[in-house]
Amino acid sequence: MGKDSDENDRASHGGVTRRGFIASVGVGAVVAATGVTTAETAEPQVVKPEEMAKITLLINGRKHRMLVEPRWSLLYVLREKLGLTGTKVGCERGECGACTVLVNGVPRYACLTLAIEAEGQEITTLEGLMSGEELGPVQVAFVEHDAFQCGYCTPGQIMAVEGLLRKNPHPSDAEIRLGASGNLCRCGAYLNIFKAADRAAHLKAGKGGKP
Amino acid sequence: MKVDDPELYYMEGFPVPETPAPGEDPKPWIETFVIGKPLPRVDAYQRVSGSAIYPSDVSFPDMIYGVVVGSPHPNAMVERIDTSKAEKMPGVRAVITGSTAGADLTWKWPYGNSKSKLFDPHCRFEGDAVAGIAADTPYQAADAAAAVEVQYKVLPFVVDERKALDPAAPVIHGKDNHVGKPDTYERGDVNKGFAEADVVLETEYRTECLIHTPMELHGCVARWDGDRLTIWESTQGVYPVQQDVAGVLGMPLAKVRVIGHYMGGGFGSKLQAGKYTVIASLLAKATGRPVKLFLSREETFLSTGNRPPSNMKLKAGVKKDGTLTALEFTCLGTGGAYQSGGISLVDWLIRDLYTCPNVRCECNDVFINAGCARPFRAPGHPQGSWALEQTLDALAEAIKMDPVDLRLKNIPLYSQARAGDPPYTTTGLKECIEKGAAAFGWKEARKKLSQTKQEGHIRTGIGMGACLWFVGGGRPPSTIVLKLFSDGSANLNMGASDLGTGTKTVMAMVVAEELGLKIHNIQIENADTGATQYATASGGSKTVPTESPAVRAAAVEVKRQLLKIAADELKTDVQALTIRNGEILSSREPAKRIKIPDLKGLKQRGVIVGIGYRGPNPSNKWVNPFGAQFCEVKVDMRTGEIEVVRFVAAQESGRVMNRLTYDSQVIGGITMGIGLGLTEMRVLDGNETGKMCNRNWHDYKLPTALDVPREIVSVPIDPGDTEANSTGAKGLGEPVTIPTAAVIANAVYNATGIRVTETPMSPVKLCLMLAERDRRK
Repeated sequence: MGKDSDENDRASHGGVTRRGFIASVGVGAVVAATGVTTAETAEPQVVKPEEMAKITLLINGRKHRMLVEPRWSLLYVLREKLGLTGTKVGCERGECGACTVLVNGVPRYACLTLAIEAEGQEITTLEGLMSGEELGPVQVAFVEHDAFQCGYCTPGQIMAVEGLLRKNPHPSDAEIRLGASGNLCRCGAYLNIFKAADRAAHLKAGKGGKP
Repeated sequence: MKVDDPELYYMEGFPVPETPAPGEDPKPWIETFVIGKPLPRVDAYQRVSGSAIYPSDVSFPDMIYGVVVGSPHPNAMVERIDTSKAEKMPGVRAVITGSTAGADLTWKWPYGNSKSKLFDPHCRFEGDAVAGIAADTPYQAADAAAAVEVQYKVLPFVVDERKALDPAAPVIHGKDNHVGKPDTYERGDVNKGFAEADVVLETEYRTECLIHTPMELHGCVARWDGDRLTIWESTQGVYPVQQDVAGVLGMPLAKVRVIGHYMGGGFGSKLQAGKYTVIASLLAKATGRPVKLFLSREETFLSTGNRPPSNMKLKAGVKKDGTLTALEFTCLGTGGAYQSGGISLVDWLIRDLYTCPNVRCECNDVFINAGCARPFRAPGHPQGSWALEQTLDALAEAIKMDPVDLRLKNIPLYSQARAGDPPYTTTGLKECIEKGAAAFGWKEARKKLSQTKQEGHIRTGIGMGACLWFVGGGRPPSTIVLKLFSDGSANLNMGASDLGTGTKTVMAMVVAEELGLKIHNIQIENADTGATQYATASGGSKTVPTESPAVRAAAVEVKRQLLKIAADELKTDVQALTIRNGEILSSREPAKRIKIPDLKGLKQRGVIVGIGYRGPNPSNKWVNPFGAQFCEVKVDMRTGEIEVVRFVAAQESGRVMNRLTYDSQVIGGITMGIGLGLTEMRVLDGNETGKMCNRNWHDYKLPTALDVPREIVSVPIDPGDTEANSTGAKGLGEPVTIPTAAVIANAVYNATGIRVTETPMSPVKLCLMLAERDRRK
């Protein structure tokens, strides 16, 4: 497991490295702008946008080996290729936070993350907060405080709070508001989300009791 | 059991179902054990674990992806479409246009009589459908959409309703862009009323156009199985979608199954099928594959409805003692490019909220080259409230009266705007205002603010306002089927959608209340035209008052049959039997008790089925919810920033069915009202292109976690409505967002002395107004 072995994996199958992909994007732009083909001389290797790349994603502690187009977002791969539909699609342009996942423990919009960028990173989705069928503490707190209505932004809200609490186990009210401010909720459940975040901090600290 | 046991093949001598007696509504509950409690949602686990499958989560192994090609122009004729390049692109499986066989269909726009083609050659608003594409991945579908070559004849446009009646404006329909005759209303004599007044004020107001933007996009998954079409749609009503799709495609209703178990918000924009629903169905037919077609966020800003802009003028007269003598209201509005209720209900509060003998309203609806309106949480009401509540605030100041007292002086005892002046079943308006004011500490806060001279650049202000919601009492039809299994668990079958308002939870509580069951032993199947009973769309704040009496009727019927079985087995009088915690007991003979699973007659029958129907509303009374809201703001006089500090909402929506979800609705409604008052507006480029400039959540700003007050206090007012229906519940979701924006505006006036008559009260706008005032000084 790990980034290096994954990249070797791909290289041995004639795939593209992460660095290679980024270079290819740059070259593509040049080609489009000038009409001059530089692909033959360019190093490292350039792939066509539709060429599939072989990657391994580490999601909720499991490895997933798969072929992806370089342009596919992590959001698309999670939902439509792996069936992890706990991660929701809201805007696909980094505005609403419905697709928030943790990348190496930090909240990140899956719609603005390419699947191949996510290779070698530790990805946690809503499903990854569960222990079997059992809810995690942030999820429990959201239920107790009715911190949602339609529930569609909720996975993203939960991941944002989870990320906040991993970084800051005892956030102040102001820190909670800031931590939740990257996620939109059109039903307007913010006040209950703040309460749930506070409650989740208690639950995570091993303090149960009544909400 | 032996092979020759007669019971193996045939049983007799056990109770069989009887036809339910025609609906006599049960008496109102006096004491409740479950109803009213703050219980977590029955589907909370599904919604926080990710196991709830929303329509956009539906997937099939052979599923492909659809996309709609929309017009980039607000007014243009499609002269030629070349799809040949798109058709040859990788992964593309179908490209359909108006000239594709089977796709030349008539589209009926909801909320009016407008018709066009599904793919109309005349695109009268930006984003109207020109073609549909299905491909193996959404990326390939988007590539192909970009490769469709459409030759447009671009026409002049008008996107500002205030310019739509100019002689130079291009005519969209009819003679002059008027949708119809003005909508007028009159009672008494306003001129006489103004002559009697001590103070007359006349003010112009404007509310901007708002977009619903529910978090889940508009769209569906469509799948054919022979001649049967199944659609998983993000919708507030599966039955209306079924009717729309069957109507457009000319199919029998029975062959169109629409499923929408979960949905990610609608707010009125998902009450019917969209063109996208039909296009997905056509693409699925053409390719022989299930097609997932959800619009992009940008597309939903253009073509899935809005709260239309309102240009209002309100003239009001009042006597020194606070008696309202006359209200005269005009409004110019627009539903967009087709008939869609552009002025619907904007004047209702002026007509009906406060006692006033002389009222005249005239509303004009015009066409513009923009996307059509759809009902938006309390259609028309927040707009009218923006004008009415600010005017009352100004009148109160003019006659040196507390705005609370001015409203209390004019509480109507009946619905003045309806023929025959029918009374309300309950009118909690007075109690909402009084108890809300007490909870807020209104008098104390007002006194304190009037006695202290505010120094520095942060100024505090308070404001209030009241409302009613035009409907909210629910109505027939609705059918519920309740099955009680032999182990004492129950299955509730209901057609209605749960938008996130907590409908399912409330219905489970009704069953638990009536049958003495544990909530976790009740399973709900809902929102599926193929498998659940008929229900109208969840909208108009009518779902709980419509469905809960029908659920109760079904539960009462199950109880009747169950207790009859128990009475036979216990050999006791059925009248004395009650159910508690899964056990049937006799109040007269304590020894006579039996647990539901031990009933032999029930085991033999396997199941008891109760059918409940929604009965009619009271014939000569109206059922309306009421409310009053209070808020405190802090205004930064240097930057124009408004901070909403706290809110109190006293809402009379009949019986509180679940205190937890009730309060969540209050919080949500106020948050949405903050959007109308402070942050949201659609911006159309009226000069060069007619296109929408802020079709995304960066430029169209919803209230975020940083825009909501620290405290929203919900004060439920329940006068005990025994006439509305058998559960006493009324709607809450819409009334709670009606006065919010006006209440904030009144508080801003109280803090600054500036009356902001146009939404949104953005920092830039307020700053300019403050600077203008300082300049004049």
